[in-house]
Amino acid sequence: MSPTMSPKRPWYQRAYDWLERRIQIEGPIKDAALHPVPRSTASWWYVFGSASLTLLILQVVTGVLLGLVYQPTAAHAWESLQMLNHELPLGWFLRAMHGWGSNFMVAVVLIHMAQVFLFGAYKFPRELTWIVGVFMLLMTLGMAFTGQVLRWDQDSYWGLGIGASIMGRVPWIGGELVHLLLGGPIINGATLTRFFALHVFIIPGTLLAFTALHVWMVLKLGVNEWPMPGRIVRRETYIAEYNELTHKDGIPFVPGAVWKDLFFSAAILFAVAVCAAMFGPFGPKGVPDPTIINTVPKPDFFFLWIYTVLSYLPPEMETPFILIVPVVAVVVLVALPLVAGIGEKSLWRRPVAVVSVMFLAVCFGVWTHLGTYTPWSPEMSAWSGQSVPVNLLRNRTPLERQGANVFQGKQCRNCHAVGGRGGQRGPALDEVATRLTEDQLYRQVLLGGGNMPAYGSALSPAETTALVQFLKTLHPPHLTPSADASRRVVEQVGVPPNSTVERGGEQSPAR
Amino acid sequence: MDEKLPPPSKEEHEQRLETDRVSRRTFLMNVGIALNALAALAIATPVVAYLLGPLLRRKEYRQWIEIGSVDDFPPGETKLITFTNPFSDPWDGESAKVPAYVRSTSLGEFKVFAINCAHLGCPVRWFAESQLFMCPCHGGVYYADGSRASGPPERGLFTYESKVEGGKLLIKAGQLPTLRNRAGAGPCPSLTAPPNEPKLVARIEQCRPPCRPSDRGTSAPTIG
Repeated sequence: MSPTMSPKRPWYQRAYDWLERRIQIEGPIKDAALHPVPRSTASWWYVFGSASLTLLILQVVTGVLLGLVYQPTAAHAWESLQMLNHELPLGWFLRAMHGWGSNFMVAVVLIHMAQVFLFGAYKFPRELTWIVGVFMLLMTLGMAFTGQVLRWDQDSYWGLGIGASIMGRVPWIGGELVHLLLGGPIINGATLTRFFALHVFIIPGTLLAFTALHVWMVLKLGVNEWPMPGRIVRRETYIAEYNELTHKDGIPFVPGAVWKDLFFSAAILFAVAVCAAMFGPFGPKGVPDPTIINTVPKPDFFFLWIYTVLSYLPPEMETPFILIVPVVAVVVLVALPLVAGIGEKSLWRRPVAVVSVMFLAVCFGVWTHLGTYTPWSPEMSAWSGQSVPVNLLRNRTPLERQGANVFQGKQCRNCHAVGGRGGQRGPALDEVATRLTEDQLYRQVLLGGGNMPAYGSALSPAETTALVQFLKTLHPPHLTPSADASRRVVEQVGVPPNSTVERGGEQSPAR
Repeated sequence: MDEKLPPPSKEEHEQRLETDRVSRRTFLMNVGIALNALAALAIATPVVAYLLGPLLRRKEYRQWIEIGSVDDFPPGETKLITFTNPFSDPWDGESAKVPAYVRSTSLGEFKVFAINCAHLGCPVRWFAESQLFMCPCHGGVYYADGSRASGPPERGLFTYESKVEGGKLLIKAGQLPTLRNRAGAGPCPSLTAPPNEPKLVARIEQCRPPCRPSDRGTSAPTIG
């Protein structure tokens, strides 16, 4: 740096010098920018961390801009979002940017985490960087959930109900926790302001502080080198090896590696903008009026998998699972670098790590996919909204057709599909007659069982008969309906077909 | 940078540190730290109390409120009603309203169910044709009397405490029912906790097997 203030230098350089002499930040910035990184790490695999930071900045900026208009009161929040969507010029675009930015941020953070894990970057001496990152992930998810609450539509209202119900399962202090979470005994205005403070002040403030710490440690400890099979991390020798790698074969971060970060960040920002422009903002959906109960609440994309898990857990396992598994998961993530802080970094030598990531990715994908069409939920309008396929009614007796009426009218269709349409909670009934005999059908309808409610109290004997007669017709033409073998015996007056036993002989007296 | 003072030499530095350690100034600094700690404590105490506010004012929020005339609920019917949360603020907007189901079993006998599924609080819907409550979230199903029929809930629907006074039906409302904070005293009056029991105990589920008609949809009492 040149401290001279000669008047020959142009005005902007003099202004820069004047500022720099007082702030003195050029040195640290140069150090950070020019610090050497291993040549092999200037790779496209290393761009997700910086992209997460870019998205965080995007979220802060768009969030502040939305904050200029948003009304954090239960009475007006929904309307203020409607105004943003429909009345303020480009208000919809900012909402869309914030919403899509949130989805992209969760996705990129998860990819970043998987990459760091697979590349062994959490190992010595970067353990704390990983641990701080775990909490940053939790805060990112916290932001996603609280942001969904601020939308203050029906999904948000009932989503809070789900959150409260989960809290309410905590032993002993569950009741108090629910009141703390909701800011009172019920979901209302106090709940929204509470989540507003969380989403706007508490979590982002902490997240920014953690981000500063995280980036600071990345700069101080250096970017992880490209993992090579056989290059073992040892506490005694790693630092020296890394220094040799960076100083003998390293390149300065700027511009050697940074150009890829810049390209990827720009691409991500463009992607967010394109998604925002094409698909628009998320909601708000229905008015947050709790008395409108004809609603099917659903969480946002990144929480769908939890929604699925909660529906598949058996009732008796649910509370322990909900309360224990998240704690175990966080403990495992935090303990990971402390337990496995040395050794191989390359994924070619870490099969368990690779399989774990693949397993989690498959679970996430499958559960999320199930969450998009919720096969476990009754389809509430199937009974009134979908017709009985015509081929099921052709050539049927009046009684059987009456049974089809009962089938629709008693909401059987909400859980049981026929002709490919209807609920998926219970089995599809297109071929039910091949599985259950008449007696079994009666039993199943009247007594329920196997997760089916008993309909004994909701059906008259006539309705039950008609329904079972209809169900008996549900089989493919080439298959005969199942029948109770003993019935045939009864019909043939006690002699099974092909029986060699002769009937009518006198029984020999007992000796 | 060239205008910075030259750093003290090593000996000078050591000497300064040594005198600092024992000096009056160090003592005063420590006193200053202590004073700030005291101030922080003095500030933190009301802050903690403020944060715990929702718990400290918990005695008042549940109240008897009127939800309609007895004649509005003919025997054998289950009706969706709406009432306003007894403690609401102007800024609560629509969220001050709460829905519930009233079922009249026989003349003068009422059962008021919370709308919230006992699984995770979603709003259950009543289907009069099949006499079932169904939940849209995870597929919990309940019989007309509120007992669990199928799906993930581990118990029947929550009920509000109710009573009839002067021809009006009243319920004790004001709390979102969850497994720990039940809406009312419970579906089984014989097991209702006496009012003088400690809060914590009173809120814990009193309904053990005797009043749960069925775990599965097969047991007899719920049929017919």
